[in-house]
Amino acid sequence: MYPSDLKYTKDHEWISIKNKIGKIGVTEYAQQQLGDIVFIELPEIGQVIKKGEQFGSIESAKAVSDLYSPVSGEVLEVNKILIEQPELINKSPHETWMISVKLTELDEEKTLFDSTNYEALIK
Amino acid sequence: MTEPLIDNLKKTPLYTSHCEMGARMMTFGGWEMPMEYSGITEEHIAVRTKAGLFDVSHMGEIEIAGSQALQAIQKITSNDASELNIGQVQYSALTTHRGTFLDDLLVYRLAETHFLLVLNAINIDKGFSWINKELETINDAFAVNTSSRYALLAIQGPKSASILQELTTIELDKIKYYRFTTGELAGIRATISRTGYTGEDGFEVFVAPQSVKIAWEELLKVGSSVGLLPAGLAARDTLRLESSMRLYGHEINEKTTILEAGLEWVIGWNKPSFNGREALVKQKGKTLERKLVGFEMIDRGIARHGYDIYGKDQKIGMVTSGTQTPFLKKAIGMAYVPDEWGKVETEFLIDTRGRRLRARVVSMPFYSRPKG
Repeated sequence: MYPSDLKYTKDHEWISIKNKIGKIGVTEYAQQQLGDIVFIELPEIGQVIKKGEQFGSIESAKAVSDLYSPVSGEVLEVNKILIEQPELINKSPHETWMISVKLTELDEEKTLFDSTNYEALIK
Repeated sequence: MTEPLIDNLKKTPLYTSHCEMGARMMTFGGWEMPMEYSGITEEHIAVRTKAGLFDVSHMGEIEIAGSQALQAIQKITSNDASELNIGQVQYSALTTHRGTFLDDLLVYRLAETHFLLVLNAINIDKGFSWINKELETINDAFAVNTSSRYALLAIQGPKSASILQELTTIELDKIKYYRFTTGELAGIRATISRTGYTGEDGFEVFVAPQSVKIAWEELLKVGSSVGLLPAGLAARDTLRLESSMRLYGHEINEKTTILEAGLEWVIGWNKPSFNGREALVKQKGKTLERKLVGFEMIDRGIARHGYDIYGKDQKIGMVTSGTQTPFLKKAIGMAYVPDEWGKVETEFLIDTRGRRLRARVVSMPFYSRPKG
């Protein structure tokens, strides 16, 4: 269920880090809790975000949730398809990234959960 | 709509079925109710294009009977119930003396001197005490809270008549909008009413609580072959909002008058008196300080219940309901604003968690079903 090549946060985001660049999305657990996602607000390219701070929001038909960054860095890319089709997150949350970030604090990766620990967290 | 979890939640007779079928449950008006089954979007679209089945057994029922039953109804509700024939239903307001809403309700004329009122779950106890007090001055009219005697299902959507027809000998095409009849459904005694809270054609079916499981299962069985889905309160909310139907606690409450809520058509002005009439007559002569309007977001974002509205940097009103509607695929909502901000095409700003987004007044309903 939760891919072992991703890292996770207590706020139910995942990040896939390769060559100091992280792609960030929300987990299967998050999409289940949210229900049908109808709206997503993402940062601008070039924006600097900090670990644990809000970088956007995600809305289902019933509720709003803030998105918190798993790492600190600069936003390189924003997945614009999600503006029109936020429901892709419901369909395949672990394949649907929202933003990519150039990491500035490489040590932060160590503070994230691996899939085993994340699965234990949501049990 | 969500409330903190509290103890002693009431459960409908279908509670176990909902849980077994994997519904996500929520607390609503003291009841533990299904919020969604397959998902709000899918359920919403099923109702608009095929059919959806809702358990709305949390709704409250009060019956009023006696030789002066009509007089009692005429006193406590705003609409003119003398226009009701037996077998007919009327949308109305249970009014305070200020012309505001104790509740909105449906009034069924069961017999010449026997009426059934269907109230919101959260208002049943308050409404029943109020009605008893109001009936003290009427000799021969008595109210009974019969909520526990009924389970209520709503089958809504363009295919609801054909699905229901497979399970009853009642000729459903003879039941016109806002009419009802009694008979059998899947061998169960039922009152079938052509009403609903979704803006689609559909029926509400009253059955005894001990029989409702059979009706629920039979309707699902027959309906599933033509796309009927079990649906929850979340889709019911987006459906009613898209059709601009008011929800108690959002658009209407004890502080909003019938005129402010844009529901003058439920005022029976011909009646010489009813609770709140004088206050409403007084208000009708003046410009409304605030009125309910429909809006559509111009900027990207969703305005929700309680968000503040700004015009010329002044706070001018508040959003009562708002969502991204699954069928129209627009961010819409309803709000109270002063009369001068209420004309169609007027723009104002809505503070959505710190950002002021542009919205424009549009005419309601946002959605009306295709006729014919």
